[in-house]
Amino acid sequence: MNLPGAQPARQQNPGGSGPSGRSLDPHLGRYARRAEGMRASEVRALFAVASRPEVVSLAGGMPNLAALPLDALAEDVARLVAAEGQTVLQYGSAQGLPTLREQICEVMALEGISAHPDDVVVTVGSQMALDMVTRVFCDPGDVVLAEAPSYVGALSTFSAYQAEVVHVEMDDHGLVPEALRQALGALAARGRRVKFLYTIPNFHNPAGVTLAVARRSEVLEICAEHGVLVVEDNPYGLLGFSDQTYPALRSVEQDNVVYLGSFSKTFASGLRVGWALAPHAVREKLVLAAESATLCPPAFTQAVVSRFLSRYDWRGQVKQFRAAYRERRDAMLSALDQHLPAGCRWTRPEGGFYVWLTVPEGVDTKAMLPRAVTQRVAYVPGTAFYADGLGSRQMRLSYCYPTPERIREGVRRLASVLEGELELLDTFGARGSEQRPGLTGPHSPSPDTA
Amino acid sequence: MSDRFVAVLAGGLSHEREVSLRSGRRLSAALRAHGMTVAEWDADSHLLERLRAERPDAVVIALHGGEGENGAVQSVLDIVGVPYVGTDPRACRRAWDKPTAKAELDRVGLSTPDWVVLPHTTFRELGARAVLDALVARMGLPLMLKPDQGGSALGAHVVRDAGELPAAMVGCLSYGDTVLVERLVEGVEVAVAVVEDENGPRALPAVEIVPESGVYDYEARYVAGPTTYHAPARLDEGTARAVGELAVAAHRLLGLRDVSRTDAIVTPNGQAHFLEVNVSPGLTETSLLPMAFEAAGTSLGEVYAGLVERAITRASRS
Repeated sequence: MNLPGAQPARQQNPGGSGPSGRSLDPHLGRYARRAEGMRASEVRALFAVASRPEVVSLAGGMPNLAALPLDALAEDVARLVAAEGQTVLQYGSAQGLPTLREQICEVMALEGISAHPDDVVVTVGSQMALDMVTRVFCDPGDVVLAEAPSYVGALSTFSAYQAEVVHVEMDDHGLVPEALRQALGALAARGRRVKFLYTIPNFHNPAGVTLAVARRSEVLEICAEHGVLVVEDNPYGLLGFSDQTYPALRSVEQDNVVYLGSFSKTFASGLRVGWALAPHAVREKLVLAAESATLCPPAFTQAVVSRFLSRYDWRGQVKQFRAAYRERRDAMLSALDQHLPAGCRWTRPEGGFYVWLTVPEGVDTKAMLPRAVTQRVAYVPGTAFYADGLGSRQMRLSYCYPTPERIREGVRRLASVLEGELELLDTFGARGSEQRPGLTGPHSPSPDTA
Repeated sequence: MSDRFVAVLAGGLSHEREVSLRSGRRLSAALRAHGMTVAEWDADSHLLERLRAERPDAVVIALHGGEGENGAVQSVLDIVGVPYVGTDPRACRRAWDKPTAKAELDRVGLSTPDWVVLPHTTFRELGARAVLDALVARMGLPLMLKPDQGGSALGAHVVRDAGELPAAMVGCLSYGDTVLVERLVEGVEVAVAVVEDENGPRALPAVEIVPESGVYDYEARYVAGPTTYHAPARLDEGTARAVGELAVAAHRLLGLRDVSRTDAIVTPNGQAHFLEVNVSPGLTETSLLPMAFEAAGTSLGEVYAGLVERAITRASRS
């Protein structure tokens, strides 16, 4: 080996650096303002460790696919390609496969929704539907209302379109109507333009609570009074542990609700098939917006979902998912009851994937994450679910993916992490202090933790 | 070109896993471009089995933090007799523990910012308030707090006001049990790569780091954009030579092998102060070592292909 370039160094080199210096991103001055928040962070880096099997990840929101009949699905997909490859490997309609849209209406009927397939737009996961809705409705500076806390992926979308998120209080029964009324009143008084309320009424992500049936009409009425659209995101509605469903907001009100649905939790998240159900005029715009984003949703994965709905006992499959998640929820709640130190409190979800945990005063869950990862357990810090910096005393725990035994072990480790952190805070007299300098930068988890 | 079979170890369980995976991918591509057959392996429970079954000609460790830098993986490679690029386990340990490395340099009169090491237990047993008051009285402000082990600026905090100290200590102790407290020395931040060849260790041109925010933290390190780099650093000839000599001295004194990266601060009077040394430097698209290689007219692939041959030759002689 011949090493050139011992000191003193040249003043210029072929790479273009030198006395003038260089940034490693030559496009730095070109990005749109909306890209400002799109940066790496220490938190995202820590989540990389969570993917190792040694770590019990209570962070990820990955559906548990263990119950799927993979061999049968494999054969069916092979038959699909052999018989219909010329169609399903081709471009399709921007609005989505007509057969699938009819089937989606049958799925939505389980939660009381009466809809026409023409008003359904199939999207690449409901995340894309959310993106399209925000694109169609929000100018920079517009206000979107969202529960406090709210889904991290939605907050990222609103941020990308430079909408301002104003959070509205929740309690154990979901969004608090009076808080919604006050927020809208205050915003109106300030002349702010509110475009829509984004809400997850059932088995909320991350809070784990469900909007009380008695509040649903009131929420719709308040929004109608203020001329604010409702965007109802309902990925978990069929995953109630008592086999119960709740009437969708869209089942009560048709003209002022855009409903978002997904097969990610009831079938397979990797297929990326979701949908929006929207009033006619909105649907037209969503189709055009979707067309400019992707031309059309993948015909292949739509066909796979369609065959699953028509050829399998998919209701039975969802029932199996529910049983698996219920068992995991029970494991998590009993472990939390058993191990967590005094001063912690948490929600007790009746469905879905998540428990929302509040830790004792002084603990900053984002700053504590490195300690947790060192002790081989991961969670998502609460600040990820707020657009306004709140949530430092909260964390989201997911029970959807690990086995019950791993969940119990994860909670045991988390309890030890919390005890260590509390001891440290006591040592430094930092209980009840202001927010600590912790991890820097944006804190959005990667898609597998969203 | 070469017909060598090289295993690049990347990933691991440290907080720097993501950075390591990026380093490993980049290094692997560079070695493949030099004709080597490269396998990318995680340092996990399959590692020994793979080493025994596939018998690579050499291993290159692109693990950052923890087992990749504290000598643990190097010890395992010594035990199973697989040649590897880089420093032996005992010297890894010296370099990995920042206070140990600083003490070694200080012992021979090389400049490093004044420091104290405080384990968590000291605060608990003696009372944090009293210890922090004494610390500020002795060291003054501002201070740099960092975990005594680990990299990528994880857990590092600059403290300019004594009131910030308890919270910064808690933040730092989230990454480890012991805090290295240094008197903050402000100046030009530089990184100097040292690479060995048949003529011994040689310093490559220093890379100067100018973070947009003023602090070279995790985001400044791994996001392309917020930091400006000058390679070679904007130093006069004498100062450039001095920082190179400091890096080579650190490399020799700590007994490092093949490649290292020394981080230093150059104060306005031209004095270079040693901060820390890294035996498994980052090799990502925003890392400093590849910039130094480029400034020296060489490349990541060329340097590491040479180091692979050195490792194989070294093993064949032992």
